[in-house]
Amino acid sequence: MSLSAARPLDPWRWLGFPMLQCLGWTLLFGIPLRVFTLQLPEPVFCMVPAFAWAVIRPSIMAPFGVLLMGLFLDIFWGAPVGLWALSLLTAYGVVLLCRNWMVGQSRPMMWAWFAAACAIASLAGFLFTRLDARASPSLIAVAWQFLATILLYPFAHRLIDRFEDADVRFR
Amino acid sequence: MAFRESPFGELKVPLAWTAAVALIVAVVVAVALLMSDRRETFQSEAYGVTRQVGDAVAAPVSGALAAPGRWTGLGMESLRDYLFAVSENRRLKAELEEARQWRDVAIALRDTNDRYKSLLGLKTEPPIPMVAARTVTDSRGPFANTRLANAGVEKNIQPGNPVMSESGLVGRVIGVTRGASRILLLTDIASRTPVMIDRTNARAILTGDGGPNPKLDYLRGKEPVKQGDRVLTSGDGGVLPRGLPVGVAVKGLDGRWRVILASDAAPIDFVRILLFQDFSQLEKAQREELDRMPPPPPSGPVEGVATPPGAAAVAPKPPTTITATTVTPPKPAAPRAATPKPRPVTPKPAVRPAASAAAPAIAPPPAAAAPAEVPF
Repeated sequence: MSLSAARPLDPWRWLGFPMLQCLGWTLLFGIPLRVFTLQLPEPVFCMVPAFAWAVIRPSIMAPFGVLLMGLFLDIFWGAPVGLWALSLLTAYGVVLLCRNWMVGQSRPMMWAWFAAACAIASLAGFLFTRLDARASPSLIAVAWQFLATILLYPFAHRLIDRFEDADVRFR
Repeated sequence: MAFRESPFGELKVPLAWTAAVALIVAVVVAVALLMSDRRETFQSEAYGVTRQVGDAVAAPVSGALAAPGRWTGLGMESLRDYLFAVSENRRLKAELEEARQWRDVAIALRDTNDRYKSLLGLKTEPPIPMVAARTVTDSRGPFANTRLANAGVEKNIQPGNPVMSESGLVGRVIGVTRGASRILLLTDIASRTPVMIDRTNARAILTGDGGPNPKLDYLRGKEPVKQGDRVLTSGDGGVLPRGLPVGVAVKGLDGRWRVILASDAAPIDFVRILLFQDFSQLEKAQREELDRMPPPPPSGPVEGVATPPGAAAVAPKPPTTITATTVTPPKPAAPRAATPKPRPVTPKPAVRPAASAAAPAIAPPPAAAAPAEVPF
């Protein structure tokens, strides 16, 4: 398997466009809106492409895409710069390592894998925050964000379904 | 020479390995950025150009995205006002009746308070200028609780300025750029606020943890706090003014004392940013206020003689303490006059005790009198 044998998979279609969509949804959910005195949840939309890209195929550009999305989240949410970038990259790396076990499994099973990836990202964020701020974030707040994020799996499934067979070498 | 003809043209690199190398490079970059971050230091230079540019772009974009929601909210509110006008009127009448009674009590208490202040020669804090702003983004995650307000350096906002909503303290400004300020909320994991319990005067540090109710750490004394105690800023350390409402103490499910924030009572759409730096600023403002005072008359009021009504009207208004309702537009640094102003021979508190002590015996002010015009 080499670079010379790679069949081009348009980076804009499977990397660029999903990334922009996620950033757009993040912006939209960042507005201070209350519905019947309840605030909107704050799911991590960027977990969707971070998971799907790792499942679709290994790529040189995808980690930098994940890094960019993480940096955007850090700047937009006002978190320490690098926190979400590192958390998403940790989840991406783990999914990439376990990719051979995941590919071709049923939808509920993949949903469980997605939840595991979200848990890894949340755990990484928890540990990095603990190291950075020398205090423990609220586990309840972490759990709420985790629950809101795992509901996004259908979007990841759609992305995987669309591009999983695009590169014959990674079927 | 074409790439294929070069000595490296036939070099075969496994894609999985190159992807792993790319991942490691990205991780190294993220780690380096995380280790160099100093967002919670309240220093302008620590906030970074990247964040400033990000905030400057995000503020108008999010403001535009939030506009439909805001308009819908305003429309719903107008509709509700129209439909429930009669019941609202009844409720307001009852509230006004109660407020009238409280007003009388407040005037009497202020009278007593001002006398005590005069007798003790207590230095009161002058009003702090404030800037109103609208919040355009809101991050509510476990690792960052911040808001972006649409007012920045052009309104003299600086990192460290306290931020209040109509109900209570919201947080502090950590970064500022043109047209936008980043507010670190009290609930953020990096937030530490010196507070006191109103009932016992016990001190504590309000520590955010990403949840809705921050913790009360470092509480001292025997039973310093009870369920429902009011929590205010203590002013310790000089980073915040004393007495800003923070919330109410409650026992958390984990057995720790926590605070239900007063600012959670209503949506934080609009905030007031106090242009407060530290107490040296207050001292300077007080000095300027003394400079602005007119010189005392040649013969002062004689003890035991009632002050004429005309003199009462021109008496300088006593400086008020900082309250959530005090809104003063930011004043630019006014150039001082070339000719030196005559300073008062004696400072204001030193003049007033004699008159204050005599006042109750001669003419106690009527409860309904205009408070600013009452001489003490």
